[in-house]
Amino acid sequence: MRLQFLLGEIWTGLRRNLSIAVSVLLVTTVSLYLLGLGLLAQREVDTLKGYWYDRIQVSIFLCSQDSGEPNCAGKAVTDQQRTALKEQLEQMKPLVENVYYESEQQAYDRFQDQFRNSPLASNIRVGDIPQSYRVQLSDPTKYDVVVSAFEGAPGVGRVQDQQKTLDKLFKVMNGITIASLGLAFIMLVCAVLLMVTTIRQAAFTRRRETGIMKLVGASNLTIRLPFVMEIVLATLAGVAASVGLLWATMHFLVVPYVAKSLPDVALVGVSDVWVIAPYLAVLMLGIAVVTSWATLWRYLRV
Amino acid sequence: MIRFENVSKVYPRASRPALSDVNLEVERGEFVFVVGASGSGKSTLLRLVLKEENATQGTVLVAGQQVGRLPQRKVPRLRREIGTVFQDFRLLPNKTVYQNVAFALQVLGRSAHAIRQVVPETLEMVGLEGKEKRLPHELSGGEQQRVAIARAFVNKPPILLCDEPTGNLDPAISLEIVRLLDRINRTGTTIVMATHDDDIVNQLRKRVVELKNGHVIRDENKGVYGTGG
Repeated sequence: MRLQFLLGEIWTGLRRNLSIAVSVLLVTTVSLYLLGLGLLAQREVDTLKGYWYDRIQVSIFLCSQDSGEPNCAGKAVTDQQRTALKEQLEQMKPLVENVYYESEQQAYDRFQDQFRNSPLASNIRVGDIPQSYRVQLSDPTKYDVVVSAFEGAPGVGRVQDQQKTLDKLFKVMNGITIASLGLAFIMLVCAVLLMVTTIRQAAFTRRRETGIMKLVGASNLTIRLPFVMEIVLATLAGVAASVGLLWATMHFLVVPYVAKSLPDVALVGVSDVWVIAPYLAVLMLGIAVVTSWATLWRYLRV
Repeated sequence: MIRFENVSKVYPRASRPALSDVNLEVERGEFVFVVGASGSGKSTLLRLVLKEENATQGTVLVAGQQVGRLPQRKVPRLRREIGTVFQDFRLLPNKTVYQNVAFALQVLGRSAHAIRQVVPETLEMVGLEGKEKRLPHELSGGEQQRVAIARAFVNKPPILLCDEPTGNLDPAISLEIVRLLDRINRTGTTIVMATHDDDIVNQLRKRVVELKNGHVIRDENKGVYGTGG
């Protein structure tokens, strides 16, 4: 009977306050959706970092006959210079994890393979891409040590660091994260304020019932639980809706379109939605319970 | 059962105390009329017993407990010992007679079985058998007050507080209501009834406590309403 009575009270309360319960649901949905997008963008940054840091290399391009780099002065690298560079790289272990030598022919082959569907491929000849040392670092953030050691060294045309290209991408992703988290924060504030208003309103429309409950000696828990449960139910529905929306975004937008146009980039997928969903649910339920209990404490004094 | 020791109550921003230095003892099973003009302190006296207000000075004892020292979380337990009836009935308009009475037990977590047994008994006692399915607006004022009394008494509290229970009723009905309270009193329930209905007080000849401007100016057994001091 106890449970049945509680459920009955919740049902009556929700029916009477349906429009406000729906608005709590919607605000919860939108705020969690934005928060979820922010978290997914952040996971994407992490995924990309992991993905690229495995592959990231500092490329030391060596001089070739017709290289335009000022350090080469129009001369190709000599065998001696190349051996000296190789030895210098070996001495920089353990920061330098691996060194691969790529000849002009290998560079040409790799380019042809990467851009096989592009008209660029047919415009490139062997020798256009100079021979290089591809240096893999144990700590990719310390790339500048290698860059400064080899820039301007004899026989070195140019030191190219892929980190710089990636940094731009990370900046964009971080921007998305910050923007969506900022919006999510504003929406969460809205959600809290709306919950407070909802409970005030509900407490006011049911002051007769709660007044009688107090008089006959109902415990605080009995009086407040229906109010809290109404908010919690509306919030739960909002959590479900926002997770559904995030799933739909990943499944119908990100995976088919973005992933297809960036085939060799690791992307967050639908499974990441399931990873962040419990955090979203726990956060929002926590907010709902704390907000409603604090509001009731304020507006439903014994 | 209820004892006031040198109790004063001053509301914030009030020009004079609502109660000043009140001493009063109500024994178990007594029936006491508290009389006096509006603003004499009758309602304040009842509110102090229920801990809806706290005394500014002095001690209020209910069933051996110091009400003023009772922590908030124990207030519900105190109120389960006290039934309350008001002038304006305070029924839930969208619940039937039966549901209104059952509500008081439901919120205390009583079992469905117990509720099905006790509610009809109580409704029969207050003379409402056969009207269980009526809504409050389908009842007369006297009947509504009977529902309110049934709700206050269904949990068998040792104390029943009545704040002008006949204030909205005509004299004949009022007398019936007080006779009902008298019957409840004979089951051993202590009754404190605030009223300014002189007819009733004079007919029942019970103990009368008269308040004026927050002071007890008269306390006599088998009293009459008096001249108002």
